[in-house]
Amino acid sequence: MPVTELNGHQVHIDDEGFLTQFAEWDEDLGKVLAAQIGIALTEAHWKVIRFLRQDFTTQGVTATARRVQTVGGVPVKEQFVLFPKKPAKKMAYIAGLPKPQGCV
Amino acid sequence: MTTTTAPAPVLVPNFDDDTEADRKLAIICSKGNLDMAYPGLIMANAALGEGVETMIFFTFWGFDMIIKSRMNDLQFSPAGNAAMHLPIGDMHLPQSLAPMPGMTAVATKMLKKQIADLGVPEVPDFLDQIVAAGGHLWACRMSADMNKLTETDLRDDVEGIISAADFIDKTAGAQLLFI
Repeated sequence: MPVTELNGHQVHIDDEGFLTQFAEWDEDLGKVLAAQIGIALTEAHWKVIRFLRQDFTTQGVTATARRVQTVGGVPVKEQFVLFPKKPAKKMAYIAGLPKPQGCV
Repeated sequence: MTTTTAPAPVLVPNFDDDTEADRKLAIICSKGNLDMAYPGLIMANAALGEGVETMIFFTFWGFDMIIKSRMNDLQFSPAGNAAMHLPIGDMHLPQSLAPMPGMTAVATKMLKKQIADLGVPEVPDFLDQIVAAGGHLWACRMSADMNKLTETDLRDDVEGIISAADFIDKTAGAQLLFI
């Protein structure tokens, strides 16, 4: 598991670059991760990121786009606008979570 | 002994943002049984989530998935399905019992519950999500003519009733999935 330095902190990442330790993430790091994939975070983005973080603590897995809509209250259409092309993976990356495993 | 190693270089996942979005998927949905409606929808939803342009063509029995009066009432029958198991272990449902009265209703209810338990939406909701994610729905001209149906009988987000030739034309260069 490689360790890399982001925003002055050493963090663990997997071989694609997703953070692997839940506790190593904070909101400042979220901004850095978002900037790396060309996304400037607005309050609408933060609503999704905070939901994903909170949901992970109770579910133990990353919410899928479907769950972000039905439980998090952010419609799939909006997710595609906020995190273009590959919303589920981009949301997880910025939130410092593993890629979602669910199919739907 | 302590060793210090320099941190690995920053690694950013490749989300293919730089490449032209030229990957396309065409899915032909030809079945109207509840269990056979899902594979196409799941693949379509997955493809859209990966940034793949996705077009679905509904034909023959698959037409029921987009007919307003039928789309909420797709059914699953164990008849003719040798892979149908009882909820206990690996026991098969004897095929002689499959056509019994009420069996389709029971099997449909069970399948719907199993799907709902996974957080997977019902077919009409699932198509809503696919359209919201940028998917395109098309209806087959011949199926519409056979069923004497027009666009008013179909979901409002079906983009049109088109011929097979038109669909082939629209999906030039796409990967194709027939279900």
